[in-house]
Amino acid sequence: MSAEMDSTGILPGEVTAFLTDSTLCIGCKACEVACKEWNGIEADGLELTGFSYDNTTALGHSTWRHVKFVEGTPEPGIGGNHPGKISWEFSSDVCKHCEVAGCLEACPTGALVRTEFGGVFLQPDICNGCAYCVFACPFGVVQKNEDDGRAFKCTFCIDRQKAGLEPACAKACPTESIKFGRLEDLRDEANRRMDILHSRGMSDARLYDPVDTSVKGTHAIFILRGEPEMYNLPPHPEVPTVYLKEGWKSAAIEAVAMVAAVAASFLVWGKSQRNGQG
Amino acid sequence: MNQLVKEEVREERLDAIREEAEARGSMGSAGIRPTGSPMAVASPEAGYYGQPLLKEPQWTPLIPVYFFVGGATGALAVIGSLADVLGGDEELARKARWMALGGTAISSALLIADLGTPSRFLNMLRVFKPQSPMSVGSWVLSGLGASAAASSLADLLEDEAGGNGAVEFLRAAGRAGCVLFGMPFHNYSGVLIGASVIPAWNSRIRSLPREFGMAGLQSAVSLLELSGEIDNDALNVLGLVSAVFESWEGIDLLRTRDRRLRPAKRGLSGLLVQLAGVFSGPVPIALRVASLFIKDRRVRQLAAVSGILGSLLMRYGWVSAGTASSRDWKIPLQIDGPAKRLDSRAEDEATRVASV
Repeated sequence: MSAEMDSTGILPGEVTAFLTDSTLCIGCKACEVACKEWNGIEADGLELTGFSYDNTTALGHSTWRHVKFVEGTPEPGIGGNHPGKISWEFSSDVCKHCEVAGCLEACPTGALVRTEFGGVFLQPDICNGCAYCVFACPFGVVQKNEDDGRAFKCTFCIDRQKAGLEPACAKACPTESIKFGRLEDLRDEANRRMDILHSRGMSDARLYDPVDTSVKGTHAIFILRGEPEMYNLPPHPEVPTVYLKEGWKSAAIEAVAMVAAVAASFLVWGKSQRNGQG
Repeated sequence: MNQLVKEEVREERLDAIREEAEARGSMGSAGIRPTGSPMAVASPEAGYYGQPLLKEPQWTPLIPVYFFVGGATGALAVIGSLADVLGGDEELARKARWMALGGTAISSALLIADLGTPSRFLNMLRVFKPQSPMSVGSWVLSGLGASAAASSLADLLEDEAGGNGAVEFLRAAGRAGCVLFGMPFHNYSGVLIGASVIPAWNSRIRSLPREFGMAGLQSAVSLLELSGEIDNDALNVLGLVSAVFESWEGIDLLRTRDRRLRPAKRGLSGLLVQLAGVFSGPVPIALRVASLFIKDRRVRQLAAVSGILGSLLMRYGWVSAGTASSRDWKIPLQIDGPAKRLDSRAEDEATRVASV
């Protein structure tokens, strides 16, 4: 298979996105494997968590795709739990590449940049590991690798996108649960898919695309079954820069008060002091 | 050419992963769960197995020390620039300027030591981003360092060669810079942590800069007192002002009933924050007032030690409260405690029955 055949035809300047459809996910973790192999990320180790088949639990510096296994409360049946009634969903999580990204705003070095495809890219040759981006992310995605000393997150396979290829996870997904394309196209496709799912009676299917929040939408949108809370997705993600004005205003008032207090006390009590001492 | 062949191979590898997943990757059924077992579940009430949504702050224990030194340094720079012109206290001002210069050096060292890749600390000055308090802070620290150095250099030159126009210009520039940069440097750390996704911090975005700033003033005053300015009335007044303010902030914190502030009231982080409030508020107030009547220098010294301890504990307390807060997955998922929810439902039921 040659690279030309796979070409996405998406040119720099166009905004790309992921549409991750959990109703098509089979929980195979091919996306995790493909991501690690393509990007050369270290292994997470083999630790069994007991949370269904999820043994990585969250996105992190070495986990840029993470398949969630959303296993609900079992319902009793004959001889144990009812085998047909267990709610069990899979969903592959990824960096949301926010329209207004907390990590990108917070980064003091300019290591985090907006790419020509609209994604958020962390340049590992610039990052100095200040770790401020880590708690500026409302989705808990970016993390510092303590051994390496720098922060890491999904690159949106910018290297592949530049070459006209789709990201490794999307390429390796066997059921097209992970779709890659232009954001606008994928939003349309997601809406069509929602209509289909609802017409089939899957009334709990929903689209997770937080456009009406301060992150102003994401470049990774999700079709989920059930509440976003079950998938550890915040119902109202907030970019922390919205607090800046309030914080700096308070800081400015206190700073002026501090200078005034210093000036006043030395003006009134400072002179008498030295004079008194002679 | 070699590169192209390699890319081709890697493309094929992705295809192979997909084919293998297609053939063998489908999850047949959920794991075995004994009925009634207390296994974690994912649900709208339990979140995703109770796993934290946010990432923990990955700062080393040097950062609270940096906040402490930075707070004191900013206030010392301001005192060093005003005490001589307004109070005529040349000796104290000079001492404060030298301490501010030392403070900027220690601050830089602490900040660099905390970086994951310290050799890249200059990358902080690659760009200026007003929307990033970390970027603003790095520039303010640089500006304050240069200003404090200019002030102290002017002092040195005056001693060695006597005053002239150039020395006066250097001193004026240093003085202006010390006030200009000392103001944001003594309290920006409150904005730095407040403008984050950590619930305990951003719920106090307004008070953290004030609290940290006044703690900076108190530690500056206390350090000057311990350095020998123990009889200075202006310093005692400033110590009282900041201690009264910290007491007010502490009462405000206790009075604010907010789930997000739990780590500032309970557990080890809560203990630290509360102890910090006591040592930087009521204790120095009592000792400083007492020092007006008791002519024993140890009373003032104790007040100064208490103020320094309180300021340091405050930074450790709030940083550890942030770490505890980041683990509380219920807040970003906007889930009330399930037990609470059940209780309130039961109460509703009970009141309904009673009214019928």
